[in-house]
Amino acid sequence: MAADATSWATKSGFGKMAILFWAILAALPLIGYVRDDPSFDYYMFMGQSMLIYGTAVLGLNLLIGFNGQISLGHSAFFAVGAYTTAILMNFAGMPYWATIPIAAVVCFGAGFLFGLPALKLEGHYLALATFTLAIAVPQLLKYKAIAGWTGGVGGLLLEKPDPPFNLPLSPDQYLYYLCLFVSMLMFWFVYNLLRGRSGRAMMAIRDHPMAAGTMGIDTALYKTVTFGISAAITGVAGALSAITIAYVAPDSFTLQLAVSFLVGLVVGGIASLPGCILGGVFIVLVQNSAQSISDWMKVSFSLRYDVPAWAIYGVLLLLLMYFLPSGLMGGLIALKERLFGAKGPDSTDDPAPQASRND
Amino acid sequence: MGAILEAKGVSAWYGMIQAVTEVDLQVEQGGVTALLGANGAGKTTTLRALCNMVRRSGTTTFDGVDISRRSTEDIVRMGVAHVPEGRGTFVALTVEENLKLAFHTRRDRAAAMRDMDLVFDYFPRLKERIRQQAGTLSGGEQQMLAIARALMLAPRLMLLDEPSFGLAPLIVQEIFRILRQINRDAKVSMLIVEQNAALALELADQVYLLETGSVVTSGPSDMVRNDEALRKAYLGY
Amino acid sequence: MEFFIQQVVAGLTSGAIYACVALGLVMIFVSTDHINFAQGEMAMFATYIAWALIDAGVPYWIAFGSTILIAFVGGLLIQRFILKPLENAPVLALVVCFIALLSIFNAMAGMIWSYTIKPFPSPFPALDLTGHGLVNVRQLGVVGVTLIMLGILTVFFRYTTLGLAMRAAAQNASSARLMGVRVSWMLALGWGLAAAIGATAGMLVAPLVFLDPNMMTGILVYGFAAALVGGIANPAGAVLGGFIVGVLENLVGSYVIGNELKLTFALAMVVGVLLFKPAGLFGRVIVKRV
Ligand SMILES: Nc1ncnc2c1ncn2[C@@H]1O[C@H](COP(=O)(O)OP(=O)(O)OP(=O)(O)O)[C@@H](O)[C@H]1O
Ligand SMILES: [Mg+2]
Repeated sequence: MAADATSWATKSGFGKMAILFWAILAALPLIGYVRDDPSFDYYMFMGQSMLIYGTAVLGLNLLIGFNGQISLGHSAFFAVGAYTTAILMNFAGMPYWATIPIAAVVCFGAGFLFGLPALKLEGHYLALATFTLAIAVPQLLKYKAIAGWTGGVGGLLLEKPDPPFNLPLSPDQYLYYLCLFVSMLMFWFVYNLLRGRSGRAMMAIRDHPMAAGTMGIDTALYKTVTFGISAAITGVAGALSAITIAYVAPDSFTLQLAVSFLVGLVVGGIASLPGCILGGVFIVLVQNSAQSISDWMKVSFSLRYDVPAWAIYGVLLLLLMYFLPSGLMGGLIALKERLFGAKGPDSTDDPAPQASRND
Repeated sequence: MGAILEAKGVSAWYGMIQAVTEVDLQVEQGGVTALLGANGAGKTTTLRALCNMVRRSGTTTFDGVDISRRSTEDIVRMGVAHVPEGRGTFVALTVEENLKLAFHTRRDRAAAMRDMDLVFDYFPRLKERIRQQAGTLSGGEQQMLAIARALMLAPRLMLLDEPSFGLAPLIVQEIFRILRQINRDAKVSMLIVEQNAALALELADQVYLLETGSVVTSGPSDMVRNDEALRKAYLGY
Repeated sequence: MEFFIQQVVAGLTSGAIYACVALGLVMIFVSTDHINFAQGEMAMFATYIAWALIDAGVPYWIAFGSTILIAFVGGLLIQRFILKPLENAPVLALVVCFIALLSIFNAMAGMIWSYTIKPFPSPFPALDLTGHGLVNVRQLGVVGVTLIMLGILTVFFRYTTLGLAMRAAAQNASSARLMGVRVSWMLALGWGLAAAIGATAGMLVAPLVFLDPNMMTGILVYGFAAALVGGIANPAGAVLGGFIVGVLENLVGSYVIGNELKLTFALAMVVGVLLFKPAGLFGRVIVKRV
């Protein structure tokens, strides 16, 4: 499914493209100085969310796309990250920036621990276990015995940070840069991880689980550590979300959140790094425009009802699975290849093996 | 006597890879045809192409009816039983359930019950293990079960893919004795793929030699048996 | 002591519902080898159809029967039109597809019938049988319907050739085709049956918890736990698993952890069973010689 897993990273030019891409992202807030738009801060906030979701999807993609372990429960690690930050800021009086690495470590631990039982589970069963996790999390966060720390149903209200050193930035511009910096760090880390030996091992485990073991790869260790790293990255995204929204509450971390990560992953493309950002952008756009999409549909199809974002997600997931199983990124690459005939020798054909369902 | 099965210009593909090219082949009414060739020659693929289990082209007729575009299930229901490579055991079902599966497609329940007795006559070993989970049978027993399952369909033509695979010489002898008996008594025509060329040649009246997906020689089995050069070149004995 | 018995009876009642949900899951697993995450939402949606029928003045049992029929056809159609193109797709694509169905059904129910909760009638009166509020007719009715359904399914799978063909198709599709089994229709039939069972479960649940688009979320998790405890390929095990989970949930809820962590308890059970007893307590281990 994930076409050629390693070639993208070694292709010359990928690094340059990435630098250009991040440079453009870094330049975007400057528009605020040129154009005087009253909703500019809101756009900045959307940008933060896109980066945050993109990072969360990155964590999930590392696990699903590059290691072949399915998780429907990454909302849990997002929650752990967010709550770690919120609790540290609220009760330990820590500065927001210092909580991010701690959130990463805590989530790594949580992911590693959940990765241990996940070792024995495959495919549908792993999906089932993580699905259950996603459903249990909000209830767990509301639990009375820990309400002193978590704020129970009401959650915790945080202070929105101001730009340091009197930088000439609005708070939202500043937070955008914070998100940009942290997510860039995460992508850079994953990029290097995947290019190295460990990356090859992770992908070998995904593609040939049996062979990987006999080749001397410590499958169990790699899988649990990957689970941990994946959770840590998604947890960092959770920490950022707590900081930028300045509020955490149990009902923001439902199955729905896990599903939006999955949507982002599938839309952007499984095992595609740029696809993660694309996925993040997509999630935020759909969430923000669900109302307008639904209004538009109401008018153009003269519906009696509101079409909720959930339904749009669902239909989109189905359509993507049928028509663009490699996601937008995969689609773009295929389009480019068709237009410019730039076919690598390894992508000439896809001998779609007649896999029977039972092998 | 006409041909019960006739294939004309049959080709087959796995994805973009062509595994069988323009094969012509016939099985006589009541006859046994052997399909021989080295590993990877395309024997299994040819059998699969005949019952539309892979992407294929060309025409196949069964008993005068064109079956080129029929689904596998329909072809089976017309009376073609395929004993697949790897035996296709339903591991979690019992031996009995493996056999009774045929009742699902057969309308003649009474005759089907009689066929079951007949099958147990051929393979008494299976009767002893009737309630055993099929996945726990030995390799040879699973091969017997595969043949028995095919027989339960009351076929007019059997496609057998290496019935001797992985079996002890004595059991191979037994299975071939039974196949001969089935062919003689029940008038079931057969197309058999075998690595054990000598045995297959004994059973068959017609032979096709396959090399890299194409037929290189064909003719009566005596001809191949007596042609030492041919035997040495293709069959290695 | 009386409180204890009360909890056990209540546990058996909710257990019967978990058993129903688990039966639907087992059904799909047995016939297609998949775990259907949309099972709960499909049941919920069917229950809304029943509600709409009853609301329109259709007598209860007629609405009950028609809903089961509609659900059956609906399940069949879902398989034919939505899942069939993905028959050879990897697990991830299927999981994504089930999640998509879950989202769509949830959203559609909310869209058509709104998210406000609705009362749903029960055919069984809440008539007290012992005079101590221990057992009432409604509880017995729920348990009874579940057992009847189990009976029908057991007979179907064990004693009919169609049931046998469905099991064979799930186990080894290509080999089943070689026995003349129309595999693709067997899968569709499995989905139809699962949807019908789910609809029954939904109609049993709704009077107890009120009808709302999210009513099945937690129950589905318990259904998973029940199916796993009983062995996911075993209908009788699933029902027993349902009762065990129901009773445990009530006892643990009232004596140990309180009601707030029930879902966490279900999570622990799911993970625990998957890890230590993957074939379930009563599941037959399938021996595969390699
Ligand atoms: N599922 C498949 N996907 C791709 N290629 C295949 C597949 N099955 C077989 N092939 C290829 O098709 C060719 C013919 O294979 P086939 O199984 O028909 O050979 P065979 O004559 O039966 O060999 P053997 O005696 O070893 O069973 C081989 O080159 C094989 O690698
Ligand atoms: Mg072969």
